[in-house]
Amino acid sequence: MAKILMKGSEAIGEAAIKAGCLSYFAYPITPQSEIAEYLAKRLPKIGGTFLQAESEIAASQMVFGAAGTGVRVMTTSSSPGISLMSEAMSYIAGAELPAVFVNIVRGGPGLGGILPSQGDYFQATKGAGHGNFRFLVLAPANVQEFVDYMIKAFPLAEKYRNPVMLVGDGLIAQMMEPVDFDNVASTPQGDVESWATTGCKDRETNLINSLFLDPLKLEKFNDKLADKYNRMRDEEVVYEEYAMDDDPDVVMVAYGTTSRVVKTAIDEFRKEDKLKVGLIRPITLFPFPMDVLRNLSAKSHVKAFGVVEMSIGQMLEDVKWATLERKPVEFFSRKGGIVPNPDETKDFIKNIFKKIGA
Amino acid sequence: MKTIFKRPDSMTDMVTHYCPGCTHGTAHRMVAEVVDEMGIRERTVGIAPVGCSVLLYKYMDTDMHQAAHGRAPAVATGVKRVKPGLIVYSYQGDGDLASIGTAEIIHAANRGEKITVVFINNAIYGMTGGQMAPTTMPNQKTTTSPYGRDVNDVGYPMRMCEMLQTLRTPSYIARASLHDPLHSVQAKQALKKAFAYQNENKCFSFVELLSICPTNWGIPPVKSMDWLVERMLPYYPLGVFKTPEDEE
Amino acid sequence: MQYEITFAGFGGQGIMTAGKFLAQGAMNHGLEVAWVPSYGPEMRGGTAYCTVVISSKPVGSPVVKNPGIAVVMNRPSLDKFASQIKPDGILIINSSLIEATSEREDIFQVQVPCNKMSQEVLGIGRSANIAALGALLGVKEMIPKEEIEKVMETKFGKKPKILEDNLKIFRDAYELGKKQRKNA
Repeated sequence: MAKILMKGSEAIGEAAIKAGCLSYFAYPITPQSEIAEYLAKRLPKIGGTFLQAESEIAASQMVFGAAGTGVRVMTTSSSPGISLMSEAMSYIAGAELPAVFVNIVRGGPGLGGILPSQGDYFQATKGAGHGNFRFLVLAPANVQEFVDYMIKAFPLAEKYRNPVMLVGDGLIAQMMEPVDFDNVASTPQGDVESWATTGCKDRETNLINSLFLDPLKLEKFNDKLADKYNRMRDEEVVYEEYAMDDDPDVVMVAYGTTSRVVKTAIDEFRKEDKLKVGLIRPITLFPFPMDVLRNLSAKSHVKAFGVVEMSIGQMLEDVKWATLERKPVEFFSRKGGIVPNPDETKDFIKNIFKKIGA
Repeated sequence: MKTIFKRPDSMTDMVTHYCPGCTHGTAHRMVAEVVDEMGIRERTVGIAPVGCSVLLYKYMDTDMHQAAHGRAPAVATGVKRVKPGLIVYSYQGDGDLASIGTAEIIHAANRGEKITVVFINNAIYGMTGGQMAPTTMPNQKTTTSPYGRDVNDVGYPMRMCEMLQTLRTPSYIARASLHDPLHSVQAKQALKKAFAYQNENKCFSFVELLSICPTNWGIPPVKSMDWLVERMLPYYPLGVFKTPEDEE
Repeated sequence: MQYEITFAGFGGQGIMTAGKFLAQGAMNHGLEVAWVPSYGPEMRGGTAYCTVVISSKPVGSPVVKNPGIAVVMNRPSLDKFASQIKPDGILIINSSLIEATSEREDIFQVQVPCNKMSQEVLGIGRSANIAALGALLGVKEMIPKEEIEKVMETKFGKKPKILEDNLKIFRDAYELGKKQRKNA
């Protein structure tokens, strides 16, 4: 099969199926309801489970229940809905269950808007819910990449028995791009009998639980989770380098949709101004490519960093921490659902070079 | 020697943490007996709530899943939908089911989820220390209704069976009471009926069990039984409110 | 090589479809594409638009501030998008519904009676979007027009009469666009 032109949200739905996820619980919310619509059509025909819940609260708790039985399961939503899911997210992490969440981020806070935003970075990477836990967070930048990382998300969730979240925005969900499902295959699932609630026939009983009334036991469990997140930091960091080969003076940092705009701006800027600027694009937001930025900050050719986000400065804090602010970290953002355009991003890059005196 | 009484196979040998006189133990045992008698232990998943019975998962010797406050019907839905061969029940108190989990129980019932819900109504929040529940009786004193429940201020107690009965989707809805042995036997019969409907993949089933909370009511156990009879029974009539056959 | 084309008009004028046909054709031709719609409440009755980016390399920014080409199907779209076109760009105007043209002199403007061309074949203006697409390809053959015809064959294949009619509208408009380009 060749490439097909597909809407992002539908590609996300199809990718889940290709990943071996036949269970989906959700509640409609713009701009990603097309994922639910797509799976409502597809799943019943292939023996899967589709259920529209009464709320995001219930949808995510259904995911909790289904995940407990060891099946591949996911839900999708957008920012306000994700907030309602934070309860279940915490329980799922606390019960160490694999599950996949997709957040098609929209502008906030509150009801906000429905247009693209990256205002949920803090929520996704640091505060998905109460208690000591993390999500593994993936931020694909185009439809094909979203498909590829949907496929990877399930085995990752199973490897760590921890929820994985993919973040995108309305642009990725609504736009159509060529998608190739040819090289996309699901990874076989490991054995779940030792923990899943499938009925205790011929084995000890299993328990899905996040309650530890004994503080010493809870502390030990928290430490176990911390070890898990450290292992993710060691093993799962993924990022892309763009135009980094010639030791650029300025290193841009952007993810998702914004990174595409930055790439265009870099191409045009390099053509027009003959100055060297590159991009580090985090693909995993947690674990964040901390080391690569820290190493770059110590390099003499790097004079400054430039962060572009559709937020008031969320990933910015991680970049500042990663670089220890050894070099200036400049920031440009659009908010409210406005995607920065290449021209204004180019102007931002120009200004950074002005500041460093190039 | 002939065994005439023993712990159900579906229960562990843990000593429960319940207060003297509490009816949770009775209700737990009845559920376990039904699971034993129906021979479904090896394919049963129980959903434990938040509330006094949060530790249900320690007492039941079956696969168990501990849920968030009020969300047990949604968790049960998730389990049952992906593993329809399992017998899935939730066990929930009145704060859990009738307050924070109102949406979840109504929609699970309305979808006709093939699950069983055991609803313990003791007219108060137990675990958090005796606060007012949606089921607290008019003028009943609790720590958050220290002058008695004022129905003009916070409305009347919610009757869950009566509410669920109005839903068009076929279901089994019954209310029983644990205040004396005779009624307890009837309560177990209702539970058995409920699990049987699920086992036949027939319908959503729901059994409310009127229960006592001597500690938080501030009434000794035996007198608590009287209080249940005098105060709760007139407001919460016993019986079968709905069967799937009604709708056919 | 990169083209950015914005299609704009009333919801229901087939704006999204015209863009999709172009994106599909370009993808089949081996190019990189992105089709980006406007979405949300503004779709209901108001102005709808989509932007197609066609490129010889992976599409960077899917957000285009100044497209090289705009196809406007109603008056509000002309007012909104004519000013955004890059200098030396192209503006296709549906003259069946828009009497005016843009005041700009640095762009190439083509008036195409899209609704009329559809009406002449179908009796109704439903395929005005196909006429617009045909004229666009005539003015600027970004990809061989046969690629769009093939897309139409796939989409309308099960209804031969509809396919035939739409192909005619598309080809007539293509010739009209080509002629205007030559005369310029």
